Amino acid sequence: MSRLPRLAVPLAAFAVLAVAIVVMPAFLLGYREQQAAYVGLYTIALLGLNVLTGYTGQISLGHGAFMAVGGYTTAILMTDHGVKDIYTIPIAAVIAGGAGFLFGIPALRLSGLYLALATFAVAVATPAVIKKFEHFTGGGSGKNLFGSPELTGSLHPVHVLGHPLSFYNWLYFLVWTIALASYVAIWLFLRGRVGRALRAVRDSETAAMSSGVSLARYKTLAFGVSAAYAGVAGSLLVIVTTYVNPDTFPIGLSIFLLVGIVVGGLGSLLGMIAGGVLIEFLPFWAQDVSKSPGTPSVVYGVVLIALMFLLPSGVAGLFRRVGELRTHFKMKP
Amino acid sequence: MASFLQQVVSGLASGGIYGSLALALVLIHRATGVINFAQGEMATFSTYILWTLTANHGWPYWPALAFTLAISFAGGVGVHQLVVRPVERGSLLRVVIVTIGLLLMLNGLVNRIWGGSQHSLYSPFPTRTIDVAGVAVSIQDIGTIGVSIGVVIVLWLFFQFTKVGLALRAAATNPAEARLIGVRVPWMLGLGWGLAAMLGAIAGALAAPSLASLDPNLMQATLIYAFAAAVLGGIDSPAGAVVGGLLLGVGLNLLGVYVDFIGAELRLPAALAVILVVLLVRPSGLFGKTVVKRV
Repeated sequence: MSRLPRLAVPLAAFAVLAVAIVVMPAFLLGYREQQAAYVGLYTIALLGLNVLTGYTGQISLGHGAFMAVGGYTTAILMTDHGVKDIYTIPIAAVIAGGAGFLFGIPALRLSGLYLALATFAVAVATPAVIKKFEHFTGGGSGKNLFGSPELTGSLHPVHVLGHPLSFYNWLYFLVWTIALASYVAIWLFLRGRVGRALRAVRDSETAAMSSGVSLARYKTLAFGVSAAYAGVAGSLLVIVTTYVNPDTFPIGLSIFLLVGIVVGGLGSLLGMIAGGVLIEFLPFWAQDVSKSPGTPSVVYGVVLIALMFLLPSGVAGLFRRVGELRTHFKMKP
Repeated sequence: MASFLQQVVSGLASGGIYGSLALALVLIHRATGVINFAQGEMATFSTYILWTLTANHGWPYWPALAFTLAISFAGGVGVHQLVVRPVERGSLLRVVIVTIGLLLMLNGLVNRIWGGSQHSLYSPFPTRTIDVAGVAVSIQDIGTIGVSIGVVIVLWLFFQFTKVGLALRAAATNPAEARLIGVRVPWMLGLGWGLAAMLGAIAGALAAPSLASLDPNLMQATLIYAFAAAVLGGIDSPAGAVVGGLLLGVGLNLLGVYVDFIGAELRLPAALAVILVVLLVRPSGLFGKTVVKRV
């Protein structure tokens, strides 16, 4: 294989994605656009979690907590400091990223199961902490953003390049533009030296260390980058929902993010969209199976276990395997 | 002073519950090297079976408890053989995700079968208080503490003085050599899961009356406390799990009562702080052995 196909495949995939994003709104009506926006923001969070878990091999069951940091940064800046919503997104990324970087320092001493356990505890404790600091976060009743002048498009239609966009239209394009930019950024981040170092840490810490890869530097870096993505996703989640309270970020969210990267395929980038679709739509699909309470959870659990048995490399792995089979058959005369 | 001692006793009672569930986690971790995130939900499921038998089918308490323990044991062995064993030797992430899948599935099943409403579970111990050296102590608290300590002693005797206990320890310490001398390792590991599920059922049966209600999320917070207890005592030490549970129960109770800032709301984050501090300062816990990693 020459050098061309290696770049051609991701470029083609990216082009298809970009075209799909522009064309999609023609087929989506009203709240479907909002759902598509949710898919986009979950995709962003999954991209970040994938850097940490898929590429660096550090399990996080607590990424909902970093989303909460981002989401509350946006909500507090908008309601208490009158900052326009889109300007809060980079700030949310920086603050959540900083939190992730700081959490990454003690996490250096934890490996494998212990890290899973510690992050799980962080996610479970997050709503309680948010409720405690009531004067800052609005406590259990949360913060409402709908109708505030800081929320773009909630009072007047948005004009982008001369086209008026409805509120949901605007949300859709906002989220997916950021998602596309996230894809580019993460692809650039992972393709060179840094990506190789992260994978080395995942595959063997000892080997990575003896090749001169600083575990501390790359693990905290992975934590920071991954939390920054989660912060952006959390910020967008609050903007799209136009409301935030402690239950916006339950332990279930953190678990579903892990489900998402596993379904999408650990270490795959495009697969994350499949993960985002699953997080957004599986509850609806599960409700079609049965209306009784608890069914979504059962379906989630069964899907998760079945995937670990049948398809450990996720949707992306399935495609890869189909590709391998095809080359296999082609080679035969 | 009397009220302080009272808080200590009620802390010991909740600590006993944390300890029982922590013991279940430790058993599984020792046997299979897995932290079972579904342990709390397994316990909740067992507690619901106990509730159905006593409240809906009119069984007397003790036969119902015995039956529940038997079902839990079988369920634990079944879960290990069907779901955990195939991925046990694979990557860590797969095992964690499988137990998370179990957590979701069992939580959903409880909601489906029994609904989300709250029930009250009968307790064999009355809530009336008796006077012990000037301190009013509820019999339920004493019973809870007694049961959890009794369980540890029984388990210790089982591991120390029975042939099966010895085989279990062998299978956990060195599976390959245990197999060579004729221990059926997979079944021993399954047995560990079964015992852990039974312990969970006991923890649930103790927790539901003392928390005053049985609902699908009964053991969710308790699982975090149990994690904290297991980490505090050393994740591989059964005695440590129980001591860790009792320490944590008393500590959190006193913090909640005497430190205004923490109160009832920050109990869970306080447990999280315990987990983080112990893992950072002394990862092997109070009773654990330091593991030397060979490269």
